[in-house]
Amino acid sequence: MNARAIVVTSGKGGVGKTTTTANVGAALARQGEKVCVIDTDVGLRNLDVVMGLEGRVVFDLIDVFEGRCRLRQALVKDKRVDTLHLLPASQTNDKSALSEDRMKETVRRLTEEEGFDRVLIDSPAGIESGFQTAASAADGALVVVNPEVSSVRDADRIIGLLEAREISDVRLVVNRIRPEMVKRGDMLEVEDVLEILGVKLIGIVPEDERILVSTNVGSPAALDESTRNGAGGAFRDIAKRVRGEDVPYAQLQVQGGLLTGLRRLFGGG
Amino acid sequence: MFGLFGRKRSKDHVKERLKLVLSYDRAKLSPGRMEQLKQELMGVIVKYFPAAESDYDVKLEQSGDRMVFTANLPLRQADA
Repeated sequence: MNARAIVVTSGKGGVGKTTTTANVGAALARQGEKVCVIDTDVGLRNLDVVMGLEGRVVFDLIDVFEGRCRLRQALVKDKRVDTLHLLPASQTNDKSALSEDRMKETVRRLTEEEGFDRVLIDSPAGIESGFQTAASAADGALVVVNPEVSSVRDADRIIGLLEAREISDVRLVVNRIRPEMVKRGDMLEVEDVLEILGVKLIGIVPEDERILVSTNVGSPAALDESTRNGAGGAFRDIAKRVRGEDVPYAQLQVQGGLLTGLRRLFGGG
Repeated sequence: MFGLFGRKRSKDHVKERLKLVLSYDRAKLSPGRMEQLKQELMGVIVKYFPAAESDYDVKLEQSGDRMVFTANLPLRQADA
């Protein structure tokens, strides 16, 4: 993607925006980019805990907007990857302080003055001022969608709003795919979602319980290079595609499928 | 379209339902308003085609990047 400021959004809540922001952000940084992830969910701050950085938050986005601190003071540096930074949301519900102009100015300073290669903006759920502020500073978007009816409908609405903002670099992350349900025809396939929404794909992320484990301990799954399959690897692939690499899509594995059964029978892995 | 035992797979249901609901969402028209439109159109159409069937089909469809409104209006053979 040519976009340097990318909003991560979905319309519907709980589909994996924050997980996607944390993991793609961490993977981009691990791949050598200087990355800032911004939490714009004012009043419901969560990117900090998902990334395990909650203990280091001093100032937040609203403090920056209101001039209570300098931009650099509000940036929380990651413990694992030193090119990864978090700009946290405030935990008090002062949405009135949100401003598209201040958001644009903050992102401009991050890229032009602070030398960030990429800024990922984690949008709140919904289509109200929080989303609009998050989208205002972006020149690209990752739309996260789950293969279920309400998420796809909300994604369509969000895509319309992004188009209205003339954000043209819009890519789709299909999250929480369950291969065994797809196989028996009880879950939309990635191709179905693409056909319905008419947006270009950038990632397919399988449902993976290791994501919950990784958020329990505050360490993005994408940073655990020992797991090649699963969600962590899928997020690393998304980061590579954001950087313009042509990465083939991994074959989703059906757990307990024929191959696994045969291997078990012959005492293999 | 159909699974092993002729059962329609649930994903085919959801795909159809999504396509329909998104066509209304994108056109910013509720299904109820669409029904009103159909009734009002019928009032106009029978003035010109008395033989028009009243249960004609109207739908909104995505065609490329635009929405298309189609009315499929069969006329009874005797008057055609």
